[in-house]
Amino acid sequence: MAARLMQGNEACVEGALAAGCRFFAGYPITPSSEIAELLSRRLPQVGGHFIQMEDEIASIAAVIGASVGGVKAMTATSGPGFSLMQENIGYAAMAEIPCVIVDVQRTGPSTGLPTKPSQGDVMQARWGTHGDHPIIVLSPSSVLEAFLLTVRAFNLSEKYRSPVILLMDEVVGHMRERVELPPRETLEITDRVAAHVPPEWYFPFEDPSTDVPPLAPFGEGYRYHITGLFHDRAGFPTERVDEIDPWIARVFGKINQHLSDVLSWEEDFPAGSRVLVVAYGATARAARHAVKLARAKRYKVGFLKLETIWPFPEEVTERLARQCKRVIVPEMNLGQLALEVERVVGRQKVRRVNRANGEMITPQQILAAIEEK
Amino acid sequence: MYRYLRRHKKFPNVWCPGCGIGIVMSAIIRAIDRLGWEKDDIAMISGIGCSGRMPVYMDFNTMHTTHGRALAFATGLKMVKPEMHVIAIMGDGDALAIGGNHFIHAARRNIGITSIVINNSVYGMTGGQYSPTTPTGSLATTAPYGNIDQPFPICELAIAAGATFVARGTVYHAVELDRLIEKALVHEGFSVVEAVSYCHTTFGRINKLGTAVDMLRWQKENSVTREAAAKMTPEQLQGKIVRGIFHEREFPEYTAAYAKIIEQAMAGQRRV
Repeated sequence: MAARLMQGNEACVEGALAAGCRFFAGYPITPSSEIAELLSRRLPQVGGHFIQMEDEIASIAAVIGASVGGVKAMTATSGPGFSLMQENIGYAAMAEIPCVIVDVQRTGPSTGLPTKPSQGDVMQARWGTHGDHPIIVLSPSSVLEAFLLTVRAFNLSEKYRSPVILLMDEVVGHMRERVELPPRETLEITDRVAAHVPPEWYFPFEDPSTDVPPLAPFGEGYRYHITGLFHDRAGFPTERVDEIDPWIARVFGKINQHLSDVLSWEEDFPAGSRVLVVAYGATARAARHAVKLARAKRYKVGFLKLETIWPFPEEVTERLARQCKRVIVPEMNLGQLALEVERVVGRQKVRRVNRANGEMITPQQILAAIEEK
Repeated sequence: MYRYLRRHKKFPNVWCPGCGIGIVMSAIIRAIDRLGWEKDDIAMISGIGCSGRMPVYMDFNTMHTTHGRALAFATGLKMVKPEMHVIAIMGDGDALAIGGNHFIHAARRNIGITSIVINNSVYGMTGGQYSPTTPTGSLATTAPYGNIDQPFPICELAIAAGATFVARGTVYHAVELDRLIEKALVHEGFSVVEAVSYCHTTFGRINKLGTAVDMLRWQKENSVTREAAAKMTPEQLQGKIVRGIFHEREFPEYTAAYAKIIEQAMAGQRRV
């Protein structure tokens, strides 16, 4: 495709369409609204459906309903709407229904600063629902990545029958960059595993051969039950511990045993680096620039940009941090992902660089932290 | 009847002996049986509470969702599978309290979903708290001094919101109920059947209304058909349940209207 000037939200739309998304339900909210606006025009052009629901709770519910109908589906929102969606995100995790939720973060809490950037929903993305369940969260830092990670979000969602959250921020969502999108035919697209067994042999919540059972759409002969209650392999409610425990083991296992597939990052770590900067989202851009400035001043600095932030990429963080004296974690919140970095590398090594007032963290701010002794 | 039940798997059921929900379930099955619909073509989506458990017993494509959200889930499914018969099973809390907004907007869209609202005037499964249909003055576990709210008139609300088929029946008049449900099922747009039930376990006991049989008898003696009601004075109608079809009109069904948008957009005729 030819190079274009494109906005992050627009790239997200193109990524969704390329991945095969054919259903969107949403409720307008700044700074995510362009995603809904563009999809309302683009989806019917490719035979897909767009619906503006009455609120965010209805939006995610409709997305799950459409996914049960066998269609790749997504919604897009920002912090306040994301909060409203949490119960049904938990439902999607419990019922193992693939769907993609885009959260273009703005500064919060509450109505906060609607048009200003933030990375304040890191913990909400992980722990916003109640109870224990795995989740996959991806965070792009450029317009091109908004495209690529949206495709990946759909692929992972379909592959692992799990909700996947694309955690953008206002900077990435609204920023325009010159991008050249990869041609469709070069993209790897994953579809959910279809059921091939006779209906009477089909168990939607168990497959002995893998951790991820096939998902048959409604209306194609596989009549089964879906519930948000703990359920047996057929989908019927259960309170039996010997049925609940295997469910928990399987749904956590299906993600944790495939970390090499789920996790992605970029590392730029010259041998002998003494300081490691760990960043994600829009902040990774300022961080990369700060690393460049520091290296020009002959500081030995390594850089780790995380694309998958949940499950947290422990191994790479630990491997690189072990070789360093200090780890710097800049983020547009008061230290959410830093908690994970501290958990992995120890508190004494980690220096947080935070800003939660709607302003970007500058390269100079990060450079100052690198230069500290 | 048994052809439609998941009889080897899920019985006995969770409902109290004598509960009216079972009567609504059998009315739905009789209506579907008369229509001769394929089980594969039917999706039944429920919310939470006693009524929310109904789909588990029936051999369709079934989904037990979150409290109040049955219609929102159903809307997504109906959009991508417009050829399926999508039925939402809700209690009065599901449909009118937590899900009230979804109810009026699904009606406004006139999306081809059949809503069965099982009205037992109380939150049964959580222990008898007052609901949006609890009569003023009645007792509930959260209204120990008597309920001061007005009950929502389900049918009037549905009509005002834009539903294109609205009917009310009672579980005492079970055969009449399945005829109403049958008409609702074949209706093209958003259809609502209020199935007036009762909860003898929580609402009945706290208000000293007797057994399930007493509450059924009360329905028999205090309900009138729409035709009979037309000849009665407002005083005579006080406290009576009026049964029948209240509203039936034509308006483009939502998924059919959207199919036209797809057709136009794919042909490049979109309005800019």
